[in-house]
Amino acid sequence: MGEVTFLDVSKRFFLRVEGEVHHVQALDHVNFTVKDGEIVALIGPSGCGKTTALRVAMGLDPSSGGRVTVDGHEINGCGHDRGMVFQHAELLPWLSALQNVMFGLEMKGMRGAVLRETAERYLHLVGLKDSQHRRPHQLSGGMKQRVGIARALAIDPKVLLMDEPFGALDAQTRESLQGELLDLHGRTGKTILFVTHDLDEAVLIADRIVVMKNGRVQEIMDVPLKRPRPDLGVVRGAPEFAETRYRVWRAIHDGSTVH
Amino acid sequence: MVDIANRQQKTAAAAETETAERKPLPRWVITLASIAVMLVLWEIFGRRVNPVFGSYPTAIAAAFWDLAVTGQLWSALYDSLRPFLLGYALAILIGVPLGLLIGGFRVAEAALGIYVTAGYAMPLVALVPLLILWLGLGFAVKVAVVFLMALFPICINTWLGVVAVPKTLIEVGKSFVAPDIVILRRIVLPATLPYIMAGIRLAVGRAVVAMVIAEFFTTISGLGAVIINSANNFDTATMFVPIIILMVMAIGLNWLIGFVERTVAPWQAEIAGRDRE
Repeated sequence: MGEVTFLDVSKRFFLRVEGEVHHVQALDHVNFTVKDGEIVALIGPSGCGKTTALRVAMGLDPSSGGRVTVDGHEINGCGHDRGMVFQHAELLPWLSALQNVMFGLEMKGMRGAVLRETAERYLHLVGLKDSQHRRPHQLSGGMKQRVGIARALAIDPKVLLMDEPFGALDAQTRESLQGELLDLHGRTGKTILFVTHDLDEAVLIADRIVVMKNGRVQEIMDVPLKRPRPDLGVVRGAPEFAETRYRVWRAIHDGSTVH
Repeated sequence: MVDIANRQQKTAAAAETETAERKPLPRWVITLASIAVMLVLWEIFGRRVNPVFGSYPTAIAAAFWDLAVTGQLWSALYDSLRPFLLGYALAILIGVPLGLLIGGFRVAEAALGIYVTAGYAMPLVALVPLLILWLGLGFAVKVAVVFLMALFPICINTWLGVVAVPKTLIEVGKSFVAPDIVILRRIVLPATLPYIMAGIRLAVGRAVVAMVIAEFFTTISGLGAVIINSANNFDTATMFVPIIILMVMAIGLNWLIGFVERTVAPWQAEIAGRDRE
């Protein structure tokens, strides 16, 4: 199981700009649910609160109101039931790929031979068996993010939280990683909540798309594309893809003509 | 667009073959050449000066030989090195954890940071008489002077290093539910290592100066004694021998620290692209 629910989640903070205190409502009574095994994309213009929502769900930032639950249990700080994939992978530069994956497992209390075996298995899963002894700076951007995904998956969380995981990659690497993520999802059945600013990515990968704006949930849309989606090229050609992409685009741009 | 891209590719390729053809001089060759030029110039100009007011390399080498064969130099070096090494080692052993503590915990920073900042600027020479009253004229006071001079750069650098650790790396630890002490040991400490090593390097120079100060102002002993005695006898060439030995020692220690750094933190040089030298 792995169901994430945002219940009336709000987040306020103060920002001091040139001596003036600004009141920022990063999240304004956010409500939505990510069902077990589902992939949900959080999308919206920058500053809409999508990354804040993810950080609150991870427990890295406290909310000012409401609560986030995982399988009905209210979260209290970070936990092993959630695995975080960071935007720039954020691998520890002094550790090898393998040791980076082992780090997460060790924090979960795993020791001994099974520790190394598990880490190797997950690196294998993301296709990095041969590069496991390389340090992060010896890996390409795409490989780094694969390690980041392996590190989060290895602790076997109920939910994978991803913060623009492919945003910093070049277009080709991004496409192959999108395909691999769907493949991993097919094999592990993990619940995934990911933040993106890429319309194509949201429609290609997600089952549902949560469009956010000014800290609020603007609209929640179903993606009418069947699973599995083994060939994303075919998905891109499907009429449902273009149609959904347009609907999301409309939702993001609705009422923003002022800007 | 395609044209520009092609041209850029060509120039990049041209630059690559150029560097491949033109083999750069190794660093040590350049350094040795620099030393040779410096020594020759010093020799030429030094010989024109009254030997009381200055000296020159061959005269210093002769004085070095005299000190070395009588064994005077080695016993002086031994006397100097003992308090130096102990004080310096203590400064590392206490300075690094103290810096980690101050950088890692805001209460410690607010409570102790001010003393460390002030201590760095402390006019230590002025405090030597007081230290003598506390610790006497012997070994202990020399250790204390070296320790106090070396402690603060190490501590401050470690502290600055902790503050400069990227927040996201700490969040990696947090998101995997690492306890604070584990984050400090396994994320903050390795991320801070380059700063710590820089502090330890900066401290070498200060520790050498502290050692000589201690030998001047407490029991006159060691290399400091050789300097004072030969200066009193207007034997300028002999006076230069310990001074040069101290400088060479500082260079050697610096190299050793660099070697240790490359061994314990190889990723740092690799990231900076300095590992191929």
